Amino acid sequence: MALAKRIIPCLDCDQGRVVKGVRFLDIRDAGDPVEISKRYCDQGADEITFLDITASSEGRQTTIHTVEAIASQVFIPLTVGGGIRKLQDIRDMLNAGADKVGINTTAVLNPEFVREAAGRFGSQCIVVAIDAKKVSLSTEAERWEIFTHGGRKPTGLDAVAWAERMVSYGAGEILLTSMDRDGTRNGFDLALNRRISEAVSVPVIASGGVGTLQHLVDGIIEGRADAVLAASIFHFGEFTIPEAKRYMAAHGITVRL
Amino acid sequence: MKKIAVIDYGMGNLHSVAKAVEHVDGHVRVEVTASEDSILAADRVIFPGVGAMRDCMAEIRRLGIDDMLRRVVETTPVLAICVGMQALMEYSEENQGVDCIGLFPGRVRRFSGSLHDSSGVALKVPHMGWNNVAQTRAHALWQDIPDDSRFYFVHSYFVEPAKRDCVVGESAYPEAFAAAIADHNIFAVQFHPEKSQRHGLQLLKNFVHWDGGI
Repeated sequence: MALAKRIIPCLDCDQGRVVKGVRFLDIRDAGDPVEISKRYCDQGADEITFLDITASSEGRQTTIHTVEAIASQVFIPLTVGGGIRKLQDIRDMLNAGADKVGINTTAVLNPEFVREAAGRFGSQCIVVAIDAKKVSLSTEAERWEIFTHGGRKPTGLDAVAWAERMVSYGAGEILLTSMDRDGTRNGFDLALNRRISEAVSVPVIASGGVGTLQHLVDGIIEGRADAVLAASIFHFGEFTIPEAKRYMAAHGITVRL
Repeated sequence: MKKIAVIDYGMGNLHSVAKAVEHVDGHVRVEVTASEDSILAADRVIFPGVGAMRDCMAEIRRLGIDDMLRRVVETTPVLAICVGMQALMEYSEENQGVDCIGLFPGRVRRFSGSLHDSSGVALKVPHMGWNNVAQTRAHALWQDIPDDSRFYFVHSYFVEPAKRDCVVGESAYPEAFAAAIADHNIFAVQFHPEKSQRHGLQLLKNFVHWDGGI
């Protein structure tokens, strides 16, 4: 008996449609986030993360309807990230059925927002998403900085110190993405993940770079992650969630089978 | 058609639990409400909760939900979830100490900040994710749920009942704690059945069909 490590598939959505293609053989509409979420839930996903990349404000209304539709049919935890700028945005998402919201750029621009959000809605629903990049030279001690705007804009904030600060402000969980690894399929930045996971008291979700099932195992064991997030290895049907869980279990990791 | 009241005291996501109950039984009418008339007239009452105990208890008292619950449990099956379960105890350690409703003798304690698993890795607080629940006593709400099934938890505090005989389910993090307690018409769970996929939905279905008592 022990708490299971979690596998979290992530859906990137624009105007209510999944934008990074999903290729399940037997799915009718590969762009429908409701159908895809149900599929992952039936396969045994432990949570779903819905990342909204919609830019327009009309699009936000679509997002709320999509979250409502997912939450009416998927009975596992649902995190919604992207475009959370005001307390009202959080309330809208929770009312629509989200269990947690991910806060990223707004936390960097206004760290007090995280404190207000946790005070109002409780730490259990506040996930601070951190995009970090290594900035040290190979001859120096390893150091990572926070970047915004998809990894293009440096902030000068040290990633480990930032994670500690966000937890002290009330973040209930950290979603940590390595911008060096995101999209590379070379595996998580294990040193970064381990440093942050050991520095904070709350769970850390490793993200960015998964290409093989061994990467998931490495993220948990070497990176000390409490959960692993992945998109493309599941979307393109290379691996199913049960395959990933069986592989992790065979490597001594407690999972929900 | 059974009427199910989900008590609304302004804390957290009630959409999920209402949708989950509608999903498991097409013959129920779910009302999210703080109205005394609706709550006292319901066939089943769900008492959810998330957030900080001081804020929760302040709203519970302001709306008179504590007195309503004391009356409701005499006649009606009640399912308390997460902070709803904790609020049923006498006292919580959270927020420098909060007096709670007191339907169960005992208190609510925080997980220690220095927990480690069997291999020495530090355990995180909140206890967040899917953990096993051992059915330590038979109960109608465990029907068709295998013993040791996993349910979804997210909490930093846990209940410590003064009398062990109300404990019907136990989990461990890493020490055993009460994951479910029951007495007469009340069944209370620390985990979120509405987020625990098929076993959670089965528990909600069992609740809708339960007429109270052990």
